[in-house]
Amino acid sequence: MAYCRNILDLVGNTPLVEVSEFSPNPDVRILMKLEGQNPGGSVKDRVALAMVEDAEKSGLLEKGATLLEPSSGNTGIALAMVSKVKGYRLKVVMPQNVSEERRQMLFAFGAEIIESPGSEGSNGAVRMAEKIHAEHEEWIFLYQYANHANPMAHYEGTGPEIWRDCPDVTHFVAGLGTSGTLVGVGKFLKEHNPAVQVWAVEPPAGEMVDGLRSLDDGYIPPIFNDFGGMQILDRKTVIGPRESIEWTKRLAESGIFAGISSGSALAGAVRCAESIESGVVVVVSADAGWKYLSTGVWTEDIDVVVERARTMVYF
Amino acid sequence: MPVEIRLPSILRVHADGKSTVEGNGSTVGEILEDMVNAYPGMDGQIVTADGSLHKFVNVYLNDDDIRYLSNLDTSVSDGDTISILPAVAGG
Repeated sequence: MAYCRNILDLVGNTPLVEVSEFSPNPDVRILMKLEGQNPGGSVKDRVALAMVEDAEKSGLLEKGATLLEPSSGNTGIALAMVSKVKGYRLKVVMPQNVSEERRQMLFAFGAEIIESPGSEGSNGAVRMAEKIHAEHEEWIFLYQYANHANPMAHYEGTGPEIWRDCPDVTHFVAGLGTSGTLVGVGKFLKEHNPAVQVWAVEPPAGEMVDGLRSLDDGYIPPIFNDFGGMQILDRKTVIGPRESIEWTKRLAESGIFAGISSGSALAGAVRCAESIESGVVVVVSADAGWKYLSTGVWTEDIDVVVERARTMVYF
Repeated sequence: MPVEIRLPSILRVHADGKSTVEGNGSTVGEILEDMVNAYPGMDGQIVTADGSLHKFVNVYLNDDDIRYLSNLDTSVSDGDTISILPAVAGG
């Protein structure tokens, strides 16, 4: 094949790159899967394409349909790209406090942005989208948090790619957002080698949860329980903004220009490597650094950037 | 030695507005129980009546979610910190 039918043919099949220079243990190798190489710039291209194709197969989507989706950014951007190619309209419910680049990319692909309160983080975007959907049932609500096509994209794509490229994998580390990557890849890898350990990396909830009125406003994505997340995850660890940014900068120093959540994930992989005697850790870089230039990660004083990151949604 | 417990803003109202409190015990469960004895307003909010963690509450020992350690039986050492946070999503 000398050329692709359209840009969507380029989704998936991302490269795995050795970053063992960051391993604190000479007997542990670390490999990073660069999801920023997807055409829309993030791991969410897989999820967006899978959800739309699944809805098309089930006859839910007619030409010119309008999609509605809550997203802290990457899923919105990916859905916007897929919608442009396939001729759908898209409305994205997004927290106010995401980086400016995310907003601009949605404009580039012609999506409409509906802002949710920044203090409520992604939970607030989910709540607002549910409310809007109740008033506009004609809009198609793919809802990445409950849509099985989300983890299935990883069960059928990301997981098999990792297994093909690195059957020696002993530990899988990824960020926890919708949980789609972790439960999809984790389920696949454990089916092929039950000894594989799955580690989730979380951003600190910090100020993002100050908008919650009670603990009952908490949220667990339905796909997490539907796919047996409690059984798939072996460990869940929090990585703070400073550590995330420090590792994001170290990645750039070794030639990998990745987003802030990739720094968190790498910090988690390093923590994992410290805790085991030997093994091969595969860690997911969800996106590249482009959408975070305005946050000053690579150019400004780290104290200033950390303060900014505390009030920003970067997962 | 008492262990430091960090509270989310929504629980501080039950702890005289404090963002950190202390509790004694050798496991996370014992320490949380000690805390609830001191601040009865938190009764049932973190650990439910059946003795399990509230489904929308994550409790961390240092940086690790105790659900993937030994849950409320996770043992605690001097200098450890417990953090209580509501479950949130990303994406």
